Amino acid sequence: MTDTLLHIRGLKTYFHTFAGVIKAVDGVDFSVDEGEILGVVGESGCGKSVVGFSIMGLTEPPGRIESGEIRFNGVNLLDQDERKMRKIRGQEIAMIFQDPMTSLNPLYTIQDQMEEVMKLHSDMSAEQRKKRCMELLAEVGISQPETRLKNYPHQFSGGMRQRVIIAIALASNPKLVIADEPTTALDVTIQSQILKLMKRLVREHRTAMILITHDLAVVSEMTDKIIVMYCGRIVEKGTRDDIISRCRHPYTLGLLGSIPKLTSRQKRLLQISGMVPNIMNLPPGCSFAPRCDYVRDRCRDMPPELVDLEPGHKAACYYPVER
Amino acid sequence: MQRLLRKARALWASEFAHNFRGNISAIVGGVIILFFVFIVAFGPSLVKQNPYEIASLQLTDAYKPPVWLSGGDPNYFLGTDGQGRDVLASIVYGTRISLFIGLSAMICSSLIGASLGLIAGYYGGRLDGVIMRIADVQLSFPSILIALFLMSAFGKGIDNILISLTCVGWVIYARTVRGSTLSEKQKEYVQAAKAAGLSNRLIIVRHILPNVVTPLIVVSTIQIGTFILIEASLSFLGVGVPITKPSLGLLVKNGFDVLLSGLWWTSVFPGAFIMLLVFGINLLGDFLRDELNPRLK
Repeated sequence: MTDTLLHIRGLKTYFHTFAGVIKAVDGVDFSVDEGEILGVVGESGCGKSVVGFSIMGLTEPPGRIESGEIRFNGVNLLDQDERKMRKIRGQEIAMIFQDPMTSLNPLYTIQDQMEEVMKLHSDMSAEQRKKRCMELLAEVGISQPETRLKNYPHQFSGGMRQRVIIAIALASNPKLVIADEPTTALDVTIQSQILKLMKRLVREHRTAMILITHDLAVVSEMTDKIIVMYCGRIVEKGTRDDIISRCRHPYTLGLLGSIPKLTSRQKRLLQISGMVPNIMNLPPGCSFAPRCDYVRDRCRDMPPELVDLEPGHKAACYYPVER
Repeated sequence: MQRLLRKARALWASEFAHNFRGNISAIVGGVIILFFVFIVAFGPSLVKQNPYEIASLQLTDAYKPPVWLSGGDPNYFLGTDGQGRDVLASIVYGTRISLFIGLSAMICSSLIGASLGLIAGYYGGRLDGVIMRIADVQLSFPSILIALFLMSAFGKGIDNILISLTCVGWVIYARTVRGSTLSEKQKEYVQAAKAAGLSNRLIIVRHILPNVVTPLIVVSTIQIGTFILIEASLSFLGVGVPITKPSLGLLVKNGFDVLLSGLWWTSVFPGAFIMLLVFGINLLGDFLRDELNPRLK
């Protein structure tokens, strides 16, 4: 039995803008066990990235964490001051960003940027650091690490840079890696390589990972558990198989239906009709009600709570789809 | 020695040097600047007179015209002023003072302006508002007016000129650096540095500052010229350098009184040197601006 590493309860992160309060994350609960890979799926603007930034304590004004609890290794991160958070960032929790083209500083060599984290969080000697850098580069599959260390970011391709960024994230052996759309900016052939690499590395290091993406295909290959978010709330969560093969929420069903399949002949792809509602002006009931094929009167009055359908498999729906 | 030679050869072959060779105005600017560097370094040992030593001046040699006019004295190539001071020697010494003031004011105001710009751009919010509003208020006055006011409050002196020029000059640095900081801090490497646990101060110094240095260099070159001009104007108006340490601007003023009596050389030659110096700096500055701006490539 593995221990719970991260436990989030009732997390609310709101953005107080001039036009009104944007409830980017509105009461989210989930947990990540040690060494587990959790996928967070949803379309753009559903608040999935804000969850990641909230865990890191990097929400910037006008964004603010209103309430909730983020327990990491037993301590509530929301109670920690900035100095303690700086120790946790990079050392215990690392983050991988979307765009490998801009997430490395163009003016420093790869070695400088890799060693930066080590200098900050450990007291390794210069030789130890260099050795560790070479190990890491070899681990992420970059050949000739010795010469590559002296290169600048512009001398690397997008996929190679993302490998370097993964190496930096793993440099101080974090317990949790938050990957925010790590493969969105890469082309498809590189995507699967990088995903396989990430999966292998976090398994080897027994690191937990939160994989934030809009791409269900990505999470279905990678994850142990999946959370589906819509308009700042979790609409369905469960194990990978719960979501991919036995999903019950109409939104998840719509997402899955909109993936083209190679094996079956399909004339048209399914689509979710309508548009994402304005997040400042959500419908009073279920946020998905205006677009839902199965909507009934009750859905429009009161937002549904997350309820257990099977052990571990929850959905926020009054009338979960029977399959 | 060998390494130095190899470095020089690499510089000669670089894109920067190649573009420099193909740009006539850059070459002209470079030659002018080299000429002034030469004057500053070796000028005093080449001229015969030290204009600061009153005892060495011959009052009988007052108002000698330049050597190529009738009555010119070969000892005084560009003529003399009312005290028998060699105009060429005065210019050589005055150039040193003008350049010293221009360079020092550039360094002081870039340090202060860049720091304030980094802070304003990175932290934003109220601090940004206060700093940039002060800058806006200051930009709504002509800078010479502010400098004039400060100098009449402080009194003459090179140190006071530096303070005034810094008070006037920090604004343009702060604005430029703030703008670049705003665009740099949007980039993901700053987010990544935060996520790696770097403190704000480290992020500013290690990650943002090196990325805003290019516009800083461009502004600095142009500003040296501007500072030299402001100092010359202040001295011309009589609130600049003390009479014992005449800069080029003060030399123009000293000769100005007799300019219309036909004794034009005491005023015109220092003026021409100011023009040449600022012209050279601006030519080189324009080249640097084009060369270091990635958007124009």
